[in-house]
Amino acid sequence: MSSLPHAWFRPRVSRRALLQTSGALIIGLHLPIRVRAAEAPQGPPPPANPNAFVRIGADGTVTVLSKHIEFGQGPFTGLATLVAEELDADWSRVRCEHSPSDPKVYANLAFGNLQGTGGSSAIANSYEQMRRAGAAARAMLVTAAAKRWGVAESQITVREGVVEHAASGRRANFGELAADAAKLPVPKDPKLKDPATFRLVGKDGSVRKLDSTDKANGRAVFTIDQHAPQMLTVVVARPPRFGGKLAEVNDSAARAVPGVMEVRRLDNGVAVYAEHTWAALKGREALQLTWDESAAEKRSSDVIVAEYRATIARGSGLVAGEHGDAASALASGSIVEAEYVFPYLAHAPMEPLDGFLTWEGDVAVAKFGSQIPTIDQQALTQALGIPPEKVRVEVVFAGGSFGRRAQATSHLAAELGQVAKALAGGSLARRPVKLLWTREDDLHGGYYRPMVVHRMRGKVEGGRIVAWSSAIATQSFLKGSPFEAMIQKGVDPTSVEGASELLYDIPAFRCELHTMQSPVTTLWWRSVGHSHTGYAVETFVDELLQQAGQDPVAGRLAMMQKAPRAAGALRAVASLAQWNGPAVANGRARGVAVVESFGSFVAQIAEVSLERNGEPCVHKVWCAVDCGVAVNPDVIRAQMEGGIGYGLGHALYAQVPLVDGLPAVRNFTDYRSLRINEMPQVEVVIVPSTERPSGVGEPGVPPIAPAVGNALARLGAGRLRQLPMFGNGKA
Amino acid sequence: MKLTVNGTPHDVEVPPDMPLLWVLRDVLGLYGTKFGCGVAQCGACTVWRDGRPVRSCALPVQAVGEAPITTIEGIAGHPQAQAIQREWAARDVPQCGYCQSGQVMSAVALLRMNPKPTDRDIDLAMNGNICRCATYVRIRAAIHAAAEQTAMPVSSA
Repeated sequence: MSSLPHAWFRPRVSRRALLQTSGALIIGLHLPIRVRAAEAPQGPPPPANPNAFVRIGADGTVTVLSKHIEFGQGPFTGLATLVAEELDADWSRVRCEHSPSDPKVYANLAFGNLQGTGGSSAIANSYEQMRRAGAAARAMLVTAAAKRWGVAESQITVREGVVEHAASGRRANFGELAADAAKLPVPKDPKLKDPATFRLVGKDGSVRKLDSTDKANGRAVFTIDQHAPQMLTVVVARPPRFGGKLAEVNDSAARAVPGVMEVRRLDNGVAVYAEHTWAALKGREALQLTWDESAAEKRSSDVIVAEYRATIARGSGLVAGEHGDAASALASGSIVEAEYVFPYLAHAPMEPLDGFLTWEGDVAVAKFGSQIPTIDQQALTQALGIPPEKVRVEVVFAGGSFGRRAQATSHLAAELGQVAKALAGGSLARRPVKLLWTREDDLHGGYYRPMVVHRMRGKVEGGRIVAWSSAIATQSFLKGSPFEAMIQKGVDPTSVEGASELLYDIPAFRCELHTMQSPVTTLWWRSVGHSHTGYAVETFVDELLQQAGQDPVAGRLAMMQKAPRAAGALRAVASLAQWNGPAVANGRARGVAVVESFGSFVAQIAEVSLERNGEPCVHKVWCAVDCGVAVNPDVIRAQMEGGIGYGLGHALYAQVPLVDGLPAVRNFTDYRSLRINEMPQVEVVIVPSTERPSGVGEPGVPPIAPAVGNALARLGAGRLRQLPMFGNGKA
Repeated sequence: MKLTVNGTPHDVEVPPDMPLLWVLRDVLGLYGTKFGCGVAQCGACTVWRDGRPVRSCALPVQAVGEAPITTIEGIAGHPQAQAIQREWAARDVPQCGYCQSGQVMSAVALLRMNPKPTDRDIDLAMNGNICRCATYVRIRAAIHAAAEQTAMPVSSA
């Protein structure tokens, strides 16, 4: 779940947003469609209250509406657990589906008035809202039962979907009461449970994920599976170089491909419409296009790195964090210097970008894995040139995102709108369209994790780290986006998070940022800034501690007086792994790292060996996570496992190098992904906490690369300062 | 062109070079098999040809011949599939879920050929299936658990 940065959303969660929406909670209990349909033979009306988080059917099924997209991080199960807990529902009757798109009801409370998923915020922002929804629904069911039975509400109990008045022996399940309950006013301030009485939240084995069975059986429906009669499948030719502009189009050969139905020019690309995917792909191959590349990026990665390096060397970046006098402290004595280089990275979710748009009368209905439906809806509206009330976004499962679908520019929605609009006036107007990106489109399509150069300087005196400075050069993807307000005094927080303040007490500290320019599009990538600052900071501190003669765990802990929760995670992982130092034994070494991101604290220890082919083998990773109240412990463990695998695969193998501005990877053949034989064993401990829940989708990622890097240093591989560590680019 | 999918014969009119994946999805409406790379690198499109896993995205339909094709929609009758899918759900293997049809097809095929696979066997059989969510730890555990169930002598595979 990526990645609107925590620095941005935290204050809103704790103050404005929660207040803003308190009392505005909307719950709908309504009759199931078939009952209403029987009463109204002309066909079912839309749900009585579409602004709903909970629906209880006459059959007792409890349907939770998730305002967050489910693409693997478990919000369906998490939000449903919160509702079911307060509702005292029978988990076997609980379902979840995506809510409609309506920011007035379904805003991410961390994002203000925007519906969207990211920044590992789904549980964090929904924790109280979903509990209140469940509690209100429960109260309405109890009131309905009390009225029906003529008894006091206080004598009624609810357990696992059954409402009971023990004294009279009367019982009813939720479904029997739903219709009556739906007529009652929604209680404004329902009483929430004492967390000590939770039956589902935080209880291992109390719930299983709601989407596992359909995903194991191939029945889960993604964007790519959308279809309709008369549908056209569409692929788009886009500029090969970033910043390139479409100049000339010769589509005669493309139009001659059997199955190709239409070719249309878009704002800056060419859409090929076909009866099926294969024809669309072949049609696109047959296009003859010329591009104006006068303003395009033509530099290679090494040239860009050299420019970043030279910019840092010239000094005078914007100050992103400072205390003490690092300049003076680092002006003399023995200084440790290190430069880190991070490549462009593609997110490469398993399901490449795609979108489906159909018309219901004069309403355009876009069904796709929209991560920020509110701005995607606006982009579609603009592209289609119709009133906003005529454009509806329906969110469906997405095959991963890792940040890729949280587009500040809504470029996919805009393209989908253009694809549909471009048919207007022709014989194919208003045909349903399914837009597909191929893997090559995905890897060449930009919106990468930015390239980054970090220059670190540190000083050890008397066995401790006394001074630290870092300078960062990278692109800003917030600049010029709807999220530009996050930039404070010129500093994009997503460029420096994790480096502008440390978990460690260091007397003299400074962090500077140089924001670089390129037509290459960039975006948040699972864990955002922490994806590189975690590596630079945690390997550099390890190196300094080694020079200071300190143990990597004890040395860190000695500097963590102001970071008790991070220290707690570090202690927990050291205990789990029975840490006894980084020394090599039996050809294996252990490295450690601890990172706070998105309000969660994750520490990892990796046990690593170097194989004969020169590649590292990561045998086992121990992981401790403090994410506040643990709502679904097994989902948290799964996110740590997945975050470790995602972080490790990229750290070891992945990069999108540019050669004369062209992305020099094509597919998983050379954008190498972690595979099952490269996945370490993972053991996770969840640090008990009563703090507010925070996220787990991203925080598992940042510590793994430095933990592995620190182990490799002990194995004699040197301090690896460029990622990927073993990236020859070949799978 | 004649094609037998999940036991049902079809006669499809498609270009002979059309990959099997797009025939299954776009022509026959079997959407469980997914597109991930188009070059037989990720395994999201894994189906069985004559009971053996193949990458349908890079298999021209004309190369299928008379061999029967089985997709995720057609495996429910196999005891190994029931065990794999049961363990997949019980252990909450999937995250985004998009690669899981392919993972399941490879895992069930493995158990049909090798009822008690070692970790090494699993690595060899499954490393053509990428999971970007990295659900690999649970995939491995689920295969072992399913093998425990189906390797019993009563199995009627």
